[in-house]
Amino acid sequence: MEILVCARRVPDASENEIELNIAGNDIEREEFVYSVNEADNYAVEEALQIRDRVGGNVTVVTVDGEEGEEILRRELAMGANQAALVSDEAFNGSDGEGVATILKAFVQKGHYHLILTGVQADDGAAQVGGMLAAMLDYPFASLVNSISVEEGKLKVSREIEGGNKEMNEIDLPCVLSIQTGINEPRYVGMRGIRQVASVPIPTSTAADLGVDHGAVGEAAAKVKRVDYFVPAASKGAEMLHGSREENADKVLELVAAKGGLK
Amino acid sequence: MPRIFAYIVHRGGVVDDSAAELVAAAKKIDATVAPTAILTGSGPELETACSAVGSGFGEIWKVANAALAYPNAELVRQALVRVLPPGSIVLVNHDHFGIDLSPGLSIKLDSVFASDVLAIDGIEGNSLKLVRQEFGGQVNAHLRCDISSGAVINVRPGAFKPQANLPAAGAVVDKSSEVGTLVARRRYLETIVAEAGDVDITKHSVLVSIGRGIQEKDNVALAEELAEVLGAAVSCSRPVVDAKWMPKSRQVGSSGKTVKPKVYLACGISGAFQHLAGIKGSPFLIAINKNPKAPIFQVADVGIVDDLLEFLPELNNKARELRGVAAK
Repeated sequence: MEILVCARRVPDASENEIELNIAGNDIEREEFVYSVNEADNYAVEEALQIRDRVGGNVTVVTVDGEEGEEILRRELAMGANQAALVSDEAFNGSDGEGVATILKAFVQKGHYHLILTGVQADDGAAQVGGMLAAMLDYPFASLVNSISVEEGKLKVSREIEGGNKEMNEIDLPCVLSIQTGINEPRYVGMRGIRQVASVPIPTSTAADLGVDHGAVGEAAAKVKRVDYFVPAASKGAEMLHGSREENADKVLELVAAKGGLK
Repeated sequence: MPRIFAYIVHRGGVVDDSAAELVAAAKKIDATVAPTAILTGSGPELETACSAVGSGFGEIWKVANAALAYPNAELVRQALVRVLPPGSIVLVNHDHFGIDLSPGLSIKLDSVFASDVLAIDGIEGNSLKLVRQEFGGQVNAHLRCDISSGAVINVRPGAFKPQANLPAAGAVVDKSSEVGTLVARRRYLETIVAEAGDVDITKHSVLVSIGRGIQEKDNVALAEELAEVLGAAVSCSRPVVDAKWMPKSRQVGSSGKTVKPKVYLACGISGAFQHLAGIKGSPFLIAINKNPKAPIFQVADVGIVDDLLEFLPELNNKARELRGVAAK
């Protein structure tokens, strides 16, 4: 099976304290720790496991500047067969629909049976997979947390409310958005990344893919971010500023007072 | 002003609570509007749901088709594309169904998509101003959406407060004949109900709940020790289940369990809305997190900024002392 995984480099929300810049119109990005979006990493692992079961190739693609190479090398080190960077000044400022338009052009240059995305990026909107599927006229399923391969189709489960699973059959080719927790992504060490350091990563531009400049980028974006702001604090927590010992005492006192200790 | 629709989720003839929130969201776009409810389904359940649509809606559009008996988003999307007039604004609840339906629907309608919207700040001409959360709720962003060819807007559950004293819903209009044959290359098979776990976290009055801040599987023992001394249970947030450190049955949140404890000790939990959606009954919420910007501090009653892996051992010592003394 030929599998394409769309991955993205994002500021790691668990590693960064997000603060506004001085102008207040953007977040402070100077000190950011970037990594591959968590759900996308699960998608790559899932693709590798499917390939190892049924054969084929895994290609990882990202739409980014040259910094995107960083995550592509990581996914190559995990075991992806190929990586592709899609990069062009004309893509800057694209909204979700713009990114899906770019990916559609990339998909149409290849022959993929299965296209995976992560369900959502930390700064994203859980939208590109569903949009891409609609543009390609492929069937789509979101929040996928298990996949088994059958003849010409897949059996997938979707995560729905209360930990329940919705089982679906979906014809190939299709697009799936992968939920975190679907597998246990393999560890990638520095050594693994060094081993793929010289693997060439081809770059495709708007011209290479035949993407119309008018359909992507900031000018085409129907959704534009105006600014960032810190939400007005609600009542908020009463913060304890004592020593660690005092705070521990206070917590136990509160647990007892609120009816927790019998 | 384009016509505003709200896609109504219903199960077994019962209309989902999110319907009233969609009315509230529609009124943030246009205070005078009575949005059109649109319901898909089949048989008596759909009839019952149509007659149960709450106040504040104008017309109720009924789309009956045997293929829509189960809400398969691929089929619902086809039906909506055939029924909705061009340029419509469509409001959808941002749950597992809305996530499945809306991005593709916006493409097929050639309209803009706005996801997981927290607030609507009004409309200027063709520009709708919206608020979304980013980076796990650490910051919000204002967005401008060009709605000149319509919009699909996914509304965050719980973000829009339903209004009281709205006029009764209008008449049911049957749109079924406009749908025709529906065929999808994705077929619903069955729903598998979650397995009950070893511990029922919904029955405990104190929960020691752990998140990503617990860092490693071995550290879960710190929370288990505390829970044992306090007579509590250990629950967790999604990253802990994703990492396979605890079973799914211990997860609190919209894709896990809904709990109603008296005290909720959030240890290293950032406070994503999907997690908070699983905490009901306004427990006393104590949050410990090393990130002072963690959104959990917005909703907690008491907060401590500290390294969990340093604080929990101290708390365990104190708890043992306290319980030991109490036992004598």
